[in-house]
Formats: sequence, C-alpha cells, structure tokens
Amino acid sequence: MSLIDVRGLTVKHGGQLALAHVDMTIDRGEIVTIVGPNGSGKSTLLRAIIGAVTPDSGKITTAPGLRIGYVPQKLSIDPALPLTVRRFLGLPARVSRKVADQVLAEAGVPGIAEQQMSSLSGGQFQRVLLARALHVRPDILLLDEATQGLDQPGSAAFYRQIEELRVARGCAVLMVSHELHVVMSASDRVICLNGHVCCEGKPAHVASAPEYRALFGTGTGGALALYRHEHDHNHDHTHTHEAACSTTS
Amino acid sequence: MLDDFLIRAGLAGLGTALAAAPLGCFVVWRRMAYFGDATAHAAILGVALSLAAGTPIFLGALVMALVMATLVTTLSSRNVAADTLLGVIAHSSLAFGLVAVSFLPAVRIDIVAYLFGDILAVGRMDLAVIWGGGGLVVALLCWRWSALLTATLGGDLAMASGINPRHERMVLTFSLAVVVAVAIKVVGVLLIASLLIIPAAAARPFARTPEGMAVLASGLGAISALLGLRLALVFDTPAGPSIACTAAILFAISTILSQFPGLRRG
Repeated sequence: MSLIDVRGLTVKHGGQLALAHVDMTIDRGEIVTIVGPNGSGKSTLLRAIIGAVTPDSGKITTAPGLRIGYVPQKLSIDPALPLTVRRFLGLPARVSRKVADQVLAEAGVPGIAEQQMSSLSGGQFQRVLLARALHVRPDILLLDEATQGLDQPGSAAFYRQIEELRVARGCAVLMVSHELHVVMSASDRVICLNGHVCCEGKPAHVASAPEYRALFGTGTGGALALYRHEHDHNHDHTHTHEAACSTTS
Repeated sequence: MLDDFLIRAGLAGLGTALAAAPLGCFVVWRRMAYFGDATAHAAILGVALSLAAGTPIFLGALVMALVMATLVTTLSSRNVAADTLLGVIAHSSLAFGLVAVSFLPAVRIDIVAYLFGDILAVGRMDLAVIWGGGGLVVALLCWRWSALLTATLGGDLAMASGINPRHERMVLTFSLAVVVAVAIKVVGVLLIASLLIIPAAAARPFARTPEGMAVLASGLGAISALLGLRLALVFDTPAGPSIACTAAILFAISTILSQFPGLRRG
C-alpha cells in the first residue's frame, strides 16, 4: 500500500479555502515534489499530513507505523536557548554520540555536533534539520521549502544530497518547492498545486501540461535551471517573462 | 530544627527558587515574561477571594492564577494582540484584587505581605505547601522535559514528532500557576517574575545546553534566596525585595563576566 494516501482533502483557513478536494499518494522510495505559487496550499498540505492542520473534510491515511522525518520551512531558535547541534538532534528522542556523528556526516555536515545551533550558517542549519529528520530512520522525508534562504548553488547541492539519501536509504521524499529546476531534475513525480491539484505526473509530462503552463508560463521548459519563480499567478494570467525564456530542449 | 523561623524562611526561599528557576528558563525561551506577570498579578485577586471566603490563600491564588492563565492562553490564540491583552489583564486583575481586598470588612490584613512576600512568617504548613507544590512542578518539568523543549522549538516540529504543542503549553501554564501560588508567601505577587526570569537570564551565557542552563539557574536562584535572606537580616531590609535584589546583582555580575570571551560558554 501507499505510505501516505490523501483523499478529498479540504482545508479552510478562517473561512478561506486553502485546499479543495486534494487527492494524492506517495509510495515507498518515491520522490514527489509539490510545486505551486505562493499561497497555493503547499505548506498546508504538508502540515495536514503531519497532523498540524485539521482537515475540514477528506481523509489522510498513513501506512501503519510510518516514520516521518520532517524538515520544516524554517525554524527560529530563540537566542536565549543554548543548544548544541547534538542536543538538537536528540529532541525529542535522545541520540547517541555515534548516531549523531553518523547522521551529520550523511547530511553533509560532519564534525559539528558540539557547535551551538546559533553559530551555524544558513546552509549548515538546513543540513542539521535534515540530519535530525534522518535519525528517526524515516520511511519518508517531508521537506517544506527546505532550501529557503540558500543561494542557487547551495540549494542545488542540498537537493543532490536528498537524491543521494534516497538511493542510500531507500526512503520516500515528499517535498514542497517553488524552485522549478529542482522539480525537473530530482523528482519521480510532480504535483502542481494551486488550491487544488492542477495536474500531476512525470516531470516532463507536467511541464508540458496546459494547466502547468498556465501557472508557470509556457516557454520555461529549457530555462528552468536558471529561472526562479517568485510571483503569484492566476490561471488566466499571461506570463510576462514568456518572451525572455526561449525553449532549448 | 523547623522551630527556628529563620530556618523555615531559608527552606521556603530555597524551595521556591528551585522550582521557579527551571520553569523560568521556559518562560525566557518562549518569551512568556509578560504572561508570567499576568498570572502572578491575577493571584492577588485570588488572595482577596480566599480572604473573603475563608479558604486557604494558596488555594485561592492557585485557582485564580489557573483561570487567568487559561483565559490568556485561549484569548491570545485568537489573534488578539497578545502583549496588549496581557497588559490589560495583568494590571486590571491586580487593580481589581487590591480594590476587592479593601472591601473586606474584618480584614486588617497587611496587603503589602501579599504584594512583596512575608517570608519570615512562614509556618510549617506553608513549608509543606511550598515544597509540595515546588516538587510537583519540578517533577512535571522533568517528566515532560523533551516534549516541552521540542514544542518550544516549533509547533510543527513537535506535531511531526507526535507531540501536541497545546498539551505542553498547558503543562507550562499549570506549572506557572503553581509556582505563583507557592511564591506569594516568599516574594509576593509583584516579585515572582524576578525568581522566574532573573536566574535564568543570569545563567544563559554560561550554559551550552538547555539542561545546563536549568541547573545553573536553579543554583543561582538558590543562592539568591539564601544570600538575599541573609542580607535582609544584616541590613534590616524587607526579605522579598532583598532576594530579588540579590538575583539582580548576580545577573549584573554574570553579564559583566560574559563579556570576557574565555568565560562565555554558549
């Protein structure tokens, strides 16, 4: 069976519809990316899966005993809270020195276990969040815009790490992103979200789907690696960057 | 041994400080300082009601602090500006409490004793309440420690680990009400926050982990209580404020020492 099965999920925020009748599944070992403009309900979907948001209707079924490794969008730790990396990894379940060193190495930040969380760079911090998600030996990693605040090479490196982890550990990955180049390179399947599921399928399929093009512009196919999508879009909105993005694929 | 009022006072100060310090760490980490004030000020209303009804002061203060803490928690999760709301509630409950006390006919009670504490008048029963309540709070914090810390880092992070952040907040709300209720006799409602926050703040520069900070804060709180009491006797000053002053002086020393990089740890 699927690791996570979402059926007809509807969530309202203060009367406003955030998600409408969303269906999605993710299977063992799959990398699925959710793309969509700001405010399209991407984070709400992830938060519903971890149980932080109560659905107004619909159902989320998880495989029995499913272990989720969650990497939040951002985490601000109050400067009044002293916290070594190792202690952070051990929240809430204590972690041995050996396991801490191992997951830190796996996440690409070896040897920083005794540093204070407040002393880390943005990239190191995100990788420590990843390491914390790894030490529960997850069946699935949930990443919510995990590369926010990283520069382009930084986030590219981060997602390469995710792919390597999938190979090494065989865990599924469900991630949210508005960085289109990531979608194309790293995912088995892409779900394009804008309050509802616009379209889904293999990255190439989604990239050519009219619904996706309406959201993200038609000509970006070959320019995805360079193009960062930061705007909100409507379906009936003509993309202003179209002319600038020539198709090279 | 407990016949000596000084020993009773010392034990009362120690018990309160040891419970308040680790809880105070959470108050600092979660930026709940004003919340602590509101809860403490509400307790004076509880004191007034207890005096009117003839029930134990501890009970009235505890119930009122709980009611107020729950009220504030509920209201502030509804997007009302939390600091404004806390300010309104903290000071109005203090004012209503003071007015309520003045209505009590037979009472020739020295209200100052409840505002600033009356540690030298602590009896055996008070001691039992202080150590019972303080022990309960410390036990609760130890039991929920990891969950509380995780929820302090972030609600979603906690939810993903199967921890309900609302439950953990209730643990803190309850603990705060208990500490307020037991601390009234020692430092009074106006200075309870000093035993919560100052030792935690003084411990911060020299701690590398949350646990280290809690232990160090407890030590500094205990020193403040005992040294403050001693100074109050030597200089014939009010005991509650002297304890708070001692804590503040320790904080000042800690702040100065933390400027030397070799001494700073976290």
